[in-house]
Amino acid sequence: MSITTQKKVQIDVKNNDTTTESKTEQPRVVYDTKDLNLWYSETHALKDINLEVTENEVTAIIGPSGCGKSTYIKTLNRMVELVPGVGTTGTIAYKGKNILDNSMKVEDLRTQVGMVFQKPNPFPKSIYENVTYGPKIHGIKKKSLLDEIVENSLRGAAIWDEVKDRLNQNAYGLSGGQQQRVCIARCLAIEPDVILMDEPTSALDPISTLKVEELIKELKKKYTIIIVTHNMQQAARISDKTVFMLNGEVVEFSETDQLFSNPKDKRTEDYITGRFG
Amino acid sequence: MVGREAFQGELQHLEELIIELAKKTKEQLKAAIDTLYEADVLQAEQVIQKDKELDDLDMKINEEAIVLIARQQPVATDLRRLVVALRISNDLERMADNAKNVAKSAIHLGENHGIQVHPSIQEMKKIAVEMIDLAILSYENEDITLARKLASLDDVVDNMYSTMLRELLEETATNPQKIQHIMQMAFSGRYVERIGDHATNIGEDVMYLVKGESLDLNN
Repeated sequence: MSITTQKKVQIDVKNNDTTTESKTEQPRVVYDTKDLNLWYSETHALKDINLEVTENEVTAIIGPSGCGKSTYIKTLNRMVELVPGVGTTGTIAYKGKNILDNSMKVEDLRTQVGMVFQKPNPFPKSIYENVTYGPKIHGIKKKSLLDEIVENSLRGAAIWDEVKDRLNQNAYGLSGGQQQRVCIARCLAIEPDVILMDEPTSALDPISTLKVEELIKELKKKYTIIIVTHNMQQAARISDKTVFMLNGEVVEFSETDQLFSNPKDKRTEDYITGRFG
Repeated sequence: MVGREAFQGELQHLEELIIELAKKTKEQLKAAIDTLYEADVLQAEQVIQKDKELDDLDMKINEEAIVLIARQQPVATDLRRLVVALRISNDLERMADNAKNVAKSAIHLGENHGIQVHPSIQEMKKIAVEMIDLAILSYENEDITLARKLASLDDVVDNMYSTMLRELLEETATNPQKIQHIMQMAFSGRYVERIGDHATNIGEDVMYLVKGESLDLNN
């Protein structure tokens, strides 16, 4: 069975589950964060975070520099552990299992949770090798299967038509916007359920930014997306829910329509209207 | 409040233009009703001419608000403030149109028409003027308590209009030769009643501005 077919079966199974659960019509919670606190040595960076991230939605995290939004997103795939002296309390349940528990293998988590970074970071290899890097690590060697993954991933990242005739060229030769979409394709190649995006368009020009935004709206049909962005209009354009963080706390978490038209907290109002931050 | 001082100043300027439009609308209404009672065709023509000035002011408010939306990309209260500015300006412009229509009725009635204009129109005008003052005060002070009062005043105007209409219809039976004149009076009453509705709309806009929720005060 191909990796793509496996994924399809998984989705079908998921759909069946949804059918049986549809009587209650409860959206599925992918990440359930409860009472999360995080310290970088003495610095209390995240304070009593409680958040639920729902499947097939785009959740945007906004807030001024140093508010903890990047720390939080890096906690969701445990990248934050790379920083020395990090300590946490509380839980983050990913599909019901606490990812902060020692028994959780970080490798397993990261096959399900992909990440796209602020600056496009392709490997100094061909476009083809960039996309097949992850699947090869997971033991896929068959050329026809890898070809299929490359095409599906690049199509999924809305860049197939632009690069299909030069798959063996170095990814460094692409524009910044194209490189970022190749990085998204590389992320899709491992077939994650969740994609974390840390300011994915801040290094891109407006046209490339719009392409990535359109892509995000398309990707949410299959994936759950959590995006950190400094661009509030971007959060307003693409997300279903928005989290506003300040000084390591969640000040407000609500439907994006609500947060940008009628925020409940004065601090949210002041931040999104540019009165501080 | 810190930050975006220039934007804050532009919002303030927009509010000042709206208050200016409201004052002019009120003056137009008073002048139009006077022409009706005084059978002053010349003055009525001046009211009609002056309406162009109010249309231009409404257009200026619209243009400034649209430029601010495009340039400042407002959200939350700022966005509501601009949306409300557009709506209120539109309501004031419609009120001024109704005042202009009263002046047209005065011209239709002509000089020396020799008919007693129904006293309710004068009474309705007084309440309509009070409603414009109240609406603009509630907008300036973002006071929803004042905005809510508009609904009950609007009911008073509506009831006065219904009563007047019934009386005018009875008069058509006894004085069928005056039907054209009676109709112009009924129209004028209707125009003032509509002004009350538009003032109530402003009250709704103020409630939306303050609370972020749409409410219907007209029903």
